[in-house]
Amino acid sequence: MAKEIHLYTPLKDENLEKLNIGDKVLITGTVYTARDAAHKRLVDLIEAGKKLPFDVKGQIIYFVGPAPARPGMPIGSAGPTTSYRMDPYSPILLDAGLKGMIGKGPRSKEVIDSMIKNKGVYFAAIGGAAVVMAQAVNAAKIIAYEDLGTEAIRELKVENLPCIVANDIYGKDLYEEGVRKNRK
Amino acid sequence: MREINVNKIVPIVKELCIDASIYIGDDVVEKLKEFQEKEESQIAKEIISIIFENHKLAVEKKMPLCQDTGVAVFFIELGQDVHLVGGDFYDAINEGVRQGYKEGYLRKSMVDDPIIDRKNTKDNTPAIIYLDIVPGDKLKITLAAKGGGSENMSEVKMMKAADGIEGVIDFVVDRVQRSGGNPCPPIIVGVGLGGNFEQSALLAKKSLLRPLNEKNPDPKWAKVEEEILEKVNNLGIGPQGLGGRTTALAVQILAKPCHIASMPVAVNIQCHVHRHKSAVI
Repeated sequence: MAKEIHLYTPLKDENLEKLNIGDKVLITGTVYTARDAAHKRLVDLIEAGKKLPFDVKGQIIYFVGPAPARPGMPIGSAGPTTSYRMDPYSPILLDAGLKGMIGKGPRSKEVIDSMIKNKGVYFAAIGGAAVVMAQAVNAAKIIAYEDLGTEAIRELKVENLPCIVANDIYGKDLYEEGVRKNRK
Repeated sequence: MREINVNKIVPIVKELCIDASIYIGDDVVEKLKEFQEKEESQIAKEIISIIFENHKLAVEKKMPLCQDTGVAVFFIELGQDVHLVGGDFYDAINEGVRQGYKEGYLRKSMVDDPIIDRKNTKDNTPAIIYLDIVPGDKLKITLAAKGGGSENMSEVKMMKAADGIEGVIDFVVDRVQRSGGNPCPPIIVGVGLGGNFEQSALLAKKSLLRPLNEKNPDPKWAKVEEEILEKVNNLGIGPQGLGGRTTALAVQILAKPCHIASMPVAVNIQCHVHRHKSAVI
């Protein structure tokens, strides 16, 4: 794998243009958590022409429902959930200005096309490596949908959150390429 | 007749829930090491190293390996000479789950209604409990806390006898191929053959309880397991679906008699966070 690249939020096009699939990145700044239930609410708001609980422009959504934090810790275990369940919603959020998504597992053609169109990037985190991911979180705050419990939207302050570029803005797909190279 | 008070079960279930979420079995670690050595893809080797680092950190910090600490599934073997006293047995199991998921800071992932309301029950209950009556005066409780990501990649197919063993192998391999990186490979492939519609699924899940370093006691099925494992690892999916030779650590088959008209086949996919733990009372 290539050398690690540092990325800071909000994401800028000029930095995303340099990313290629397979690049290891360390993300520092703010990321927002959302899973299925929160995505549905966000997209319902966009479709109703209403304001979102946070401005998605240039931001990253991390598909995660963390475990509860132990006392004195900012967050519990916090690895990625499977991304395809967010596929119906992601193009609408990318159209609204979202620039990055963190999850696990391949995305649909519609999401990949939308990432090309909107210059968005999908980052793969290691599913199951939830303590490793939690180590990179310095602070966590619920900013919307507290009633959803673990599925509430949280604003995470992260430092060097480790991810791999799975889909770049050029339409390349590490899932497709990685499997093709290793098939026998 | 031996009496067991169900209140004794509560703290045992609690500990099972917490321990299974933090400590990974030696059998899984052994297999991961073995596959990492053979692995040809650099990214795959590195992902397995991150999995090992995660194991270490989880134990150090007493944090669950994965944020998805699963549905609490229990396989109970109740000795027929045991008399359960002191309350409702199922309530006691659920109370243990409630306490374990709270005190272990584990995620509560159950919703009360599957479709319309989907409100979180906030304590990870109800557990899913299977009960077998066995000879003796012991009570064995096995927890298999199953995450959603890998469970979602599972499937039952009612096949025809004419499909033969080749058809079964093709179905299992195809199921893994269609799952790709979604279930968090490296996976363990549980296969249930025979019984009927619902028993095949249960067999697939139960097959996952066999330690990964134990061969199938039936040489006929041991051979099929090896054949499927080779085919699955030739798919190139690799750890996390990002390419590699380590897609599955093991394939485990459980088979039972079935109807002359049927050939049920079930595949239950298990992620590398293979949480299962037992206690005997």
